Amino acid sequence: MEKTQNNKAWFLVLPVLVIVAFSAVIPLMTVVNYAFNDTFGNNEFFWAGLEWFDEMVHSERLHEALGRQALFSAIILAIEVPLGIFVALNMPKKGFWSSVVLVLMALPLLIPFNVVGTIWQIFGRTDIGLLGHTLAAIGIDYNYTNDPLDAWITVVVMDVWHWTSLVALLCYAGLQSIPQAYYQAAKIDQASRWAVFRYIELPKMKGVLLIAVLLRFMDSFMIYTEPFVVTGGGPGNSTTFLSIDLVKMAVGQFDLGPAAAFSLMYFLVILLVSWVFYTVMTNLDRAQTSMGEGN
Amino acid sequence: MRIKSQAVVMALYLLFLMLPIYWLLNMSLKTNAEITGTFSLYPHEFTLRNYRVILTDPSWYMGYVNSIIYVVMNTVISIAVALPAAYAFSRYSFMGDKHLFFWLLTNRMSPPAVFALPFFQLYSSIGLFDTHIAVALAHCLFNVPLAVWILEGFMRGVPKEIDETAYIDGYSFPRFFVKIFMPLIASGIGVAAFFCFMFSWVELLLSRTLTSVNAKPIAATMTRTVSASGMDWGVLAAAGVLTIVPGALVIWFVRNYIAKGFALGRV
Repeated sequence: MEKTQNNKAWFLVLPVLVIVAFSAVIPLMTVVNYAFNDTFGNNEFFWAGLEWFDEMVHSERLHEALGRQALFSAIILAIEVPLGIFVALNMPKKGFWSSVVLVLMALPLLIPFNVVGTIWQIFGRTDIGLLGHTLAAIGIDYNYTNDPLDAWITVVVMDVWHWTSLVALLCYAGLQSIPQAYYQAAKIDQASRWAVFRYIELPKMKGVLLIAVLLRFMDSFMIYTEPFVVTGGGPGNSTTFLSIDLVKMAVGQFDLGPAAAFSLMYFLVILLVSWVFYTVMTNLDRAQTSMGEGN
Repeated sequence: MRIKSQAVVMALYLLFLMLPIYWLLNMSLKTNAEITGTFSLYPHEFTLRNYRVILTDPSWYMGYVNSIIYVVMNTVISIAVALPAAYAFSRYSFMGDKHLFFWLLTNRMSPPAVFALPFFQLYSSIGLFDTHIAVALAHCLFNVPLAVWILEGFMRGVPKEIDETAYIDGYSFPRFFVKIFMPLIASGIGVAAFFCFMFSWVELLLSRTLTSVNAKPIAATMTRTVSASGMDWGVLAAAGVLTIVPGALVIWFVRNYIAKGFALGRV
């Protein structure tokens, strides 16, 4: 659609600007303030320059948290994306059952994060949880509160349970847009199931799949509540991800300077990924509109 | 044969999704003695005691009331400010529009952990700590961008000729917007409202940081009461089940828009 050039449109955007400035810019300025200053209370600040950044860049603790975070996000993507595609390919295409499946699949997405944690905390307990009890009954030594590996497995399975449906639903939306004629043509050509997937379904899903990967990356990168409820970041520090570490530092120990420097670096990563996301989105929009005009 | 294997895959996947939820529901209908004493796949001594505890004790049910108050406030604010902005983004190009649109996205993507402490200080200093409006405003951080993006996605589908015809017919902008345009994108407003509601409902970190007593959300009540009173697993499970109810009630109506909502209106 051709847009009209009109700077008065700023008036329509003004309310959003005021509210987001209040809830994003002012707090962010506080963070910047803390990141470059040191304080001994009483609202007195001393210029600290890049000291905090220096401390954080060389902090063993941050490196470990970042390493765990990267590993977690990588595992999440490696499991959820292929599984999500697989599920999407098997979802019923239309009719009553497709609605039922959609609703059931969306259910985990709508559960408050801490309740997701509670559900898995209970589910994995060997005394009262179905999963823990079953594993204990068949002789597997499983205890997510003591064993770091078990804690990791629990947190990963929980995230797969929580978010795979999102990947699947996005892919499903991409699949729905493929005209039936494509499949009929493939059938006439006697294309194999793999060829249909590789040359028809995958290219059509490319856009939504990119969105799914970015969303999952972002959200797993800032995960806080679910692992916090299940493991509290433990045993030891084994499931302390970036956000958990940051909250520990800022609210728990009140190390404002380092925490603020940490926040700003965290934010830069977010900014970078958001930019990739935005580029993908706008390209996708353009592709769609040009396709619409072609018809 | 193919249809059969599809059904098996879906059945297994749905089983995997439903088992933990079933287990929570199962526990919420048991007595504590049965939960800790025996291992049963369904409640043998069926009881509604856990739900009765929650619905009669103000420290429990006020958690739900508080959550609903700030979630509704947030949804109304988000949609109200997002509607004109989304219209501007979908119809006009103006100075800095692309940068602004991008900046909104970064707010949706930013980790709440970064904002927890600054929010606490900001709302304490202006005397809004532990009020519903504080949480509602804090959640605007990610819900306003979300609403703008979703609504813009719906609005660009409405042909511009409709606007122009209305102006020629003598409609003023506000009247056109309310009488003609909003009914046209009613489903979009519904979807945006649903997602604002849900994202505010599931968020815990900010709502817990910004409240202590008067506006404490149900999510925080769950974490605190349980650690204080020991092991009342039945009540914990019942509280969990009740937090799933609002989403489960509305999801049927927006089932075809779930992917669209999560992808910020871009699918």
